[in-house]
Amino acid sequence: MAEPMGFYTDTTVCIGCKACEVACKEWNQLPSTNGGLNTLSGDSYDNTRRLDGIHWRHVKFIEQFTEDRKDGRWLLMSDVCKHCVHAACLEVCPTGAIVRTEFDTVVIQSDACNGCRDCISACPFGVIETNPVSGIAQKCTLCYDRLQSGMEPACSKACPTQSIQFGTISDLRNRAQKRVEQLHQAGEKRAYLYGADEKMLGGLNSFYLLVDKPEVYGLPPDPKMPTRNLASASWFSVLGAVLVGLMGVINFRNRGARLEDREEQP
Amino acid sequence: MNTFPSSTFFSSPPDWGWLIALYFFFGGLAGGSYFLASLIDLFGRSEDRPLSHLGYYIAFPCVVVSGLLLTLDLGRPLRFWHMLIESNTYRPMLKYWSPMSIGSWALMIFGIFAFVSFLGALADAERIPWPAWRKVHPPSLLGRFIAMIGGIFGFYVAGYTGVLLAVTNRPIWSDTPLLGLLFIVSAASTSAALMILLAKKSSWTMPGLLDLHRMDAWVVALEFIVLIALIISLGPVARAWLNAWGLLLLIGVIGIGMLLPLLLYWRGGKGGVHDMTTTAALVLVGGLILRLVIVFSAQGV
Repeated sequence: MAEPMGFYTDTTVCIGCKACEVACKEWNQLPSTNGGLNTLSGDSYDNTRRLDGIHWRHVKFIEQFTEDRKDGRWLLMSDVCKHCVHAACLEVCPTGAIVRTEFDTVVIQSDACNGCRDCISACPFGVIETNPVSGIAQKCTLCYDRLQSGMEPACSKACPTQSIQFGTISDLRNRAQKRVEQLHQAGEKRAYLYGADEKMLGGLNSFYLLVDKPEVYGLPPDPKMPTRNLASASWFSVLGAVLVGLMGVINFRNRGARLEDREEQP
Repeated sequence: MNTFPSSTFFSSPPDWGWLIALYFFFGGLAGGSYFLASLIDLFGRSEDRPLSHLGYYIAFPCVVVSGLLLTLDLGRPLRFWHMLIESNTYRPMLKYWSPMSIGSWALMIFGIFAFVSFLGALADAERIPWPAWRKVHPPSLLGRFIAMIGGIFGFYVAGYTGVLLAVTNRPIWSDTPLLGLLFIVSAASTSAALMILLAKKSSWTMPGLLDLHRMDAWVVALEFIVLIALIISLGPVARAWLNAWGLLLLIGVIGIGMLLPLLLYWRGGKGGVHDMTTTAALVLVGGLILRLVIVFSAQGV
């Protein structure tokens, strides 16, 4: 197996140019609009609005301005699949379509997926959606085809500010840590890394440098695996079956016995 | 900035709509009817045998409808078999920790049991001229075995859907461990209600019908307790029901589907008119609305 590969996205240097979105669409041959339907969001410069089956990169525009708009800042973040080490989508996928590659990335095999959409509800980040053309669940593949040919993913290649950096996870974590230290020394004490260690779903192979709370970027502060509920939900269901079974047995057996008793009495 | 009551509020809705809500309803009816039929077969009286036949007559068509609904809901329906066979290797596909994976197998196996028992019931009632099939129907030893194992699979099919919803990252669904329990209890109440409705339509008067009616009241009371417990278990996430869906849950499910039938049953027991048909119809409607509220409300968040 090759060394684990991924993205480190430094949101402080993103300029919102959307070159990553365009490069992703070009390389992966994703349609620019959804069947000719292009709806403006009415919200900032963001008309992509969210990650879905035909948008595998999404530059978020978060405007933080005072009421009078005299003071404020832009938070820009190029969002993508996190390629979690403990991947919720892969965990629940009932067809085996979602696999972990030799690069430790998570890929949906388009010839195996049947569009059940269990992975969509499982992903804690809301990354996956159905591609209306193919009818299957689709998301970033971390350009698996390019990786196999020794190339870097299209988005990071196109990024003009090195906000999106591609490399081995160990190297990216070192780079990211140095950047956080640099920002702290420069007075930006809010800078921290999101998902760069094993605590979050075993580690996100696409992690972020953020300067505000995760929720502000639309990221869950505490993403969890869907199977956390499996044991408890199953045992409660067994309890339900036992209770209903008992109610059935009591109602059908007791009454029967009583009738027989009555018939036996002289 | 808004605060979120749970980390589940950042996931995307899977667009499971009417087909899935109806599947949850029909799957519950299939599993529940089979379970009740096997219960009557194993613990009931011989006069009640038509009632158990009725359960099997309901279970098999409902499991067929369930399979069709699930297949139609897929983005690529012709690939439905990928749930059971790994398409790249042609090996069996089974993940015991994925409720959808194991549920697909359970549905298929239950479908076989439902089909066999369906034929067994038809033969036992002498509606088909194949007396050999009576061997797969109780009281024969084989028949009892089939009814027992099929009943367990029936309950599995009725309940795994709730566990499936819990094993996601959607608000409401994955914020409580009680959906499987609720679906199992609701499957039993709606199945008993449908059996009562169909039996009354045929003007049956066997004593088991009263047992079923009484049991249904007990189960609806249990369902009410479970639903209240579920709402409490949601904690701050329950605020997601402060909308039209919550109102529908309150009026359609709790009011029409639980409290009103319980009131009718209680009044009937106090010497009033025993309106079994109305009670059963209300329970059935409440069960359908419950599936709709659970499926749709968590996706609108």
